[in-house]
Amino acid sequence: MSVDITSRVLPGIGVCQEVALHDGRRIGIVTRRSGLRDLVLYDEEGDGAAENVALTDDEANAVAEILGAPQLTFRLSVLQRQADGLIVEQLPIPADSPFTRRPLGDTQARTRTGASIVAVLRQGAAVPSPTPDFVLHAGDLVVTVGTQAAVDQVAHILDGSAGSADTGG
Amino acid sequence: MAASGGGETHVAVLLIELGAILFGLGVLGRFARRFNIPVIPLYLLAGLCFGQGGVLSLSASHDFVQVAADIGVILLLVMLGLEYSADELRSSLRAQAPIGVLDGLLNALPGAALALIAGWGATAAVALAGITWVSSSGVIAKTLGDTGRLGNRETPAILGVLVIEDLAMALYLPLLTALLAGGGAGKIVLTVSIAVAAVTVVLVVATRFGRHVTTLVSARDNESLLLGVLGLTLLVAGLAEELKVSAAVGAFLVGIAVSGTVAETAVEVLSPLRDVFAAVFFVFFGLSTSPGQLLPVLPLALALAVVTSGTKMTTGFVAAKRAGVKRRGRWRAAVTLIPHGEFSVVVAALAVAAGAQAKLGPTTACYVLITILIGALVHKWPDRLRSEQSTPR
Repeated sequence: MSVDITSRVLPGIGVCQEVALHDGRRIGIVTRRSGLRDLVLYDEEGDGAAENVALTDDEANAVAEILGAPQLTFRLSVLQRQADGLIVEQLPIPADSPFTRRPLGDTQARTRTGASIVAVLRQGAAVPSPTPDFVLHAGDLVVTVGTQAAVDQVAHILDGSAGSADTGG
Repeated sequence: MAASGGGETHVAVLLIELGAILFGLGVLGRFARRFNIPVIPLYLLAGLCFGQGGVLSLSASHDFVQVAADIGVILLLVMLGLEYSADELRSSLRAQAPIGVLDGLLNALPGAALALIAGWGATAAVALAGITWVSSSGVIAKTLGDTGRLGNRETPAILGVLVIEDLAMALYLPLLTALLAGGGAGKIVLTVSIAVAAVTVVLVVATRFGRHVTTLVSARDNESLLLGVLGLTLLVAGLAEELKVSAAVGAFLVGIAVSGTVAETAVEVLSPLRDVFAAVFFVFFGLSTSPGQLLPVLPLALALAVVTSGTKMTTGFVAAKRAGVKRRGRWRAAVTLIPHGEFSVVVAALAVAAGAQAKLGPTTACYVLITILIGALVHKWPDRLRSEQSTPR
């Protein structure tokens, strides 16, 4: 379902984006060049802010993650239904994994198995599309997409029970 | 030995005075933040208290502070240019050009008229016109941010007016500089034509070929970037000053030419420098104004402030109406444009330094303080208006 978003440039300051809600109200998000964000709830006249919440960069990211996390899981389950043979699993990093405190790239999961790691869940917060230098911690859930065999192999790699790197898959 | 001993003492006093000034400004800044008031008027007042004829006299640091003040103007303007992108300038011009013209006519004329009536002469009239024309981008942007009105529908209209005023200054300042330099009518016309042509050409080049200037200063590490941008700015400002185009305009054009992520990083690294030197500029302006000169010009400044508050409100109201904003928003836009600040002080400093009407200094100081006060007093009034209902309940 597409949402109506209008953008306004604020010269010298940043951008304001207005989102039209289904009940007729509008919410504005001001992105300042300095990195601060303002969440705006418009008053009944529609032009002015009834309420303006100023968020720092970190606060805005935290709010975005909380708002976005359910979306990620929902989209993945839709993907699962659409592509036969493709599964999505959340693989845990056990405490004794050889990859705790090591970057994701060290697992070479994609090269070795063909499966893709699309997100890492850490204490309920989702980190989508982690880069190869994203450091893994014990307790992280690695959201992996691939065939059953590939995903199983990634599970073995993560808990340290996989063979040497040149075992084909 | 005696000479070097005197030299050391001189440096010592200079350091003490400079340190005291800057520390004092820091305290003022904290005070301003605590009570949510703009800091520029406090800097001006501090300068007024401590300058010639004031409570204390700071003489050892005078020359250094003067150069620092010049650098302050240059940094203020390069930051202004850096914060605007070429697209923003173009789209603001296209959308708001008629309002820009209205703004100029309504607000510059009272200044010019008053100067002529007071018998200050044509050059002072042009200077005072510039002083009353331009609202303070700094004070207004800060107020909008602090009162949470950045998301309002009338805000782009307000900012658009400020953009056009800043662009207009790029053409106005060379005109003023040429007039202040004096000479016969023919010489003035020639200088002004050359300057205006040069600025227009550079403005077009800066917006179209800014990429090349940007690659000139772009650097991987912040230190090199800072030195590069600062160096280029001072260089171009100095050259502009030589060509009688005015250092401030040169700096503004450099700011416009540098774009993209380089501009963003440049804003980050230059901000602290700008804060220090711009603060010195405002204090220096206050320092060079004797408090004794304020009282005689107070009625003049007050009259000017009241008249131009009215004309600024008209500009804001019309700009918001044109943008399709409803009643409360129009009045909010109207009262937001009232405060004057940086540019007025820059123009006044320019005029006074060139030896034009000395009363311009104290008049501007009073005028800026009064308009900021009026702006602060009325800015919540539009919220009390009954709103125009947009959707039936």
